[in-house]
Amino acid sequence: MTIHPHPRPSPIEGEGSSFRYIGKKRRTKEDPRFVMGRGRFVADIALPGMKHVALVASPYPSARILSIRTEAALAVPGVHYVLTGEEFCAATESLAIGVDTPQVTRYALAKDVVRYAGEWVAAVVADTRAIAEDAVELIEVDYEPTPHVIDPEQAVAAGSPLVHPAHGSNILFHRRFVWGPVEQAFARAEHQLALRVRWGRSATVPIETFGVAAQWDPGQQMLDVWASIQMPKYPDQTARALRLPGNAVRVHYDVDVGGSFGVKRGIKHTVLVGYLARRLGMPVRLIEDRLENMRGGDAHGPDRIFDMQVAFDRDGTLRALKIRALDDVGAYAGRAPLQLGKPVSAICGPYRVAAVEYEPTSVMTNKTPQEAVRGFGQSPTNFALERALDHVARHLGMDRIELRRRNLIRKDEFPYRIPSGSSYDSGDYHTVLDKALAAIDYPALVAERDAARRAGRLGGIGISTCLEPSGGNSAFEPLFNPKNDTTTWMEACLVRVDLSGAITGVMNTSSSGQGHESLVSTVIGEVLERDPAGIRVVRADSLSALPSNSPVGSRMAIMLGGAAAGAARKIKEALIEIAAHNLGCTTETIEYQDGNVAVRGHPGQRLTWDELVAIAHRKYHQMPAGLEPGLQAKFVWEVPTGGALPTADGVIQIYPCYAFETHIVYVEIDPQTAKPSLRKYVCGHDCGVMINPDIVHGMTYGGIAHGIGAALYEKFAFSDDGQLESGTFMDYLIPSAMEIPAIAIVDHCTPSPLTTFGQKGSGEAGYLGAPAAVANAINDALAPLGATIETLPITQDALWHVINAAGTDH
Amino acid sequence: MNETLYPISVEVNGVLRTAPVPARLTLVDWLREELRLTGTHVGCEHGICGACSIMLDGEPVRSCLMYAVQADGHRVTTVEGLAQPDGSLSVLQDSFCDLHALQCGYCTPGILIAAQGLLDATAHPTDEQIREAIGGNLCRCTGYQQIVDAVKHAAARLAEDPLSPRGRGTG
Repeated sequence: MTIHPHPRPSPIEGEGSSFRYIGKKRRTKEDPRFVMGRGRFVADIALPGMKHVALVASPYPSARILSIRTEAALAVPGVHYVLTGEEFCAATESLAIGVDTPQVTRYALAKDVVRYAGEWVAAVVADTRAIAEDAVELIEVDYEPTPHVIDPEQAVAAGSPLVHPAHGSNILFHRRFVWGPVEQAFARAEHQLALRVRWGRSATVPIETFGVAAQWDPGQQMLDVWASIQMPKYPDQTARALRLPGNAVRVHYDVDVGGSFGVKRGIKHTVLVGYLARRLGMPVRLIEDRLENMRGGDAHGPDRIFDMQVAFDRDGTLRALKIRALDDVGAYAGRAPLQLGKPVSAICGPYRVAAVEYEPTSVMTNKTPQEAVRGFGQSPTNFALERALDHVARHLGMDRIELRRRNLIRKDEFPYRIPSGSSYDSGDYHTVLDKALAAIDYPALVAERDAARRAGRLGGIGISTCLEPSGGNSAFEPLFNPKNDTTTWMEACLVRVDLSGAITGVMNTSSSGQGHESLVSTVIGEVLERDPAGIRVVRADSLSALPSNSPVGSRMAIMLGGAAAGAARKIKEALIEIAAHNLGCTTETIEYQDGNVAVRGHPGQRLTWDELVAIAHRKYHQMPAGLEPGLQAKFVWEVPTGGALPTADGVIQIYPCYAFETHIVYVEIDPQTAKPSLRKYVCGHDCGVMINPDIVHGMTYGGIAHGIGAALYEKFAFSDDGQLESGTFMDYLIPSAMEIPAIAIVDHCTPSPLTTFGQKGSGEAGYLGAPAAVANAINDALAPLGATIETLPITQDALWHVINAAGTDH
Repeated sequence: MNETLYPISVEVNGVLRTAPVPARLTLVDWLREELRLTGTHVGCEHGICGACSIMLDGEPVRSCLMYAVQADGHRVTTVEGLAQPDGSLSVLQDSFCDLHALQCGYCTPGILIAAQGLLDATAHPTDEQIREAIGGNLCRCTGYQQIVDAVKHAAARLAEDPLSPRGRGTG
């Protein structure tokens, strides 16, 4: 059984209800161990003799390090080592950067200068974390503060302090893409308008902070790593930065990750801990505390100013868009600038827009660095698009839903190619919108809002219609960095049937709540017609693993699901070959049912699953020629539609599949306290065939809650002097069950023609449309006051000021 | 470091545990690092997220805001103590699996403790009571919807089975 060199997507296997296990309500594989308190998170792993790291953080956003005195810390009993940037930066390589900016180096520990408040300056290794923290207090660092820049618009202006002077500018990336006849469309359109909206700096902030433990084996010359990680190319980047061969780093993926949603990319933590473990010959772990996570964990999200221009006709037809996006990635580059690139995949949303100009600028400031956040930049873009749509409707005096209906791509137009090159695979946007409107009883909702207004309350309805690009590909990498010619982001699965006839699926990455074990077992069970409850799913370590690009970009239902199905299909083909050989017939005449086989028309001529397995494992004399003994198959799948580099003018298909979601939310704002309350929430959602509806719904509810947080509550606020003002959960407000309303999800299924079962991705669902809908609802509530708020999060304080400025009549 | 150690005696999940502990050791660190009861999780260490919730004498409390010495003479139940005496899942735990009231599982032990505290005191909680009871426990995965549904489901199942009013083990 060999890997197909270029496996192509197969036709959809079955439709809707014809599936045996897919789409059915099933308990997950993962839930039981977690409700028993028997998950295995990184902080639960105790290596014999393990030492603990605590960190010295810079109090200044920009300063020269004049001296570091470590003697007192080293004298504390139980302290083993104090590492500073001078040693560390000489012994390791700078971390990888997403764009072509080689002078923007980045290490876990600062050397000579610090570039944000909270940046790590020294690491203490001690017997316990408490002792390490005691020692941190005794380290004296002399700093000479230097000018800093916090505001991204100041950072791009002439004369700004430079975060990385060697780079010569604070701009990491800037390009103006023009897809289609934009200027012509603007000249011909009957109307145009411009607006500025701002997406605030928030993130996914999982309840588990990042953690990593590492152990160096001098006999094997191997570094073993356990981490709460969700990151493509993590083992390779760790090895590269540590100047080790790739096969000297073994990442153990059987670590449960306590939430990530993009941000768990502790590569700098890992290189630091890996270096210490090897340097000291001791197992070492670093578990961030909450302040280290919030301030120095380098896990903030997009922080983005959009200048939007829309050209449209009086009947509401959208003609062209101009989008300028200025994104503040903080003090180091990492992968964050690429979060301006992924939205190219769906740059005009679910709408027919013939021409689009997009001018992204990635800028550095003296703030905590940015990391990938759920949607990889798509949710801010969707928010900007949906605010623009509401402005167009208001400009024309047109109903917001009618405006959307006129511009949404119609069901009969798929596959639909947008100007930037992506071809949307399938969809039925109008039907999903109609179903959501019916579910919330839209006319009654309007009546409720209007009655609230008559009673002196501020009521608002918000609507958004948004896309979730899925099937995570990396095509934005070459788009934003011509030196990067990566064109594959494959995923793989190994399926094996053991001598007892039990089935095991092997996946090749860690998970952070997405239910991948349930996904793999369901898909294998579907193909082999065996009960998924008996199928075990395990995780290879990075040296025994097949290729994986980790669960990012809503890709695993498509990519891991497709790989598992491909491997299971090979097992099934092998069983049929064995059967045909032993029953003396052709494979075409074999009927396969529940893992047993019979000759068509001769039910007495049959072999059971157990008999077939025994032949494969023990009876080589009964095996057909050319078939491997044992019963195992691997399948490596390339992203459907992937494999191409962008054209010179930046046209590229980025992601293969496009899920659609529409959100309808009703908000009331207390006119006295300005407190917003979300009263009703419906989400219409079409992600094609759902493998496990409970998992899809759960991620969608969670995405909506996360989006409500981004819209109303969550902000990494910085003072003018560069201090993070929201480093705890008392300042960085994560919504609780009291803020999140009851949510109703209305499903629709338009299968993708590109995937094994018609599935699309859903890991970013909810988050991609909720902030837009909530912002639109708040602005609808403020409309009678003649006020708007275009900056997220729309805090109670911001609302109070707007309401009071408009007069207290309301 | 020569820290003074204080003897403590705590009933943990029905078993008396004694140990000398330094004054500054938090209860959650004692449970996790010394007793290896790693089901109780640390999220914020400042009393907001609720991931470290345990029951102290039957009431949900934050184990990150208590020192181990303060638990001396008290009764502690962690998530490991919620299962039924035969090791099978409690009604609440089973309901969480039925309705997929979790994803990554990190906040789940704390949410189970908070919800069990509600069910111990309230036979037929309303949605509002459930939301209030778990209002001090942050979850980033679920948006709380399936948690509310699961707690309601557990309450209904417990009401149907008068022989097992608590449907769980020690504590």
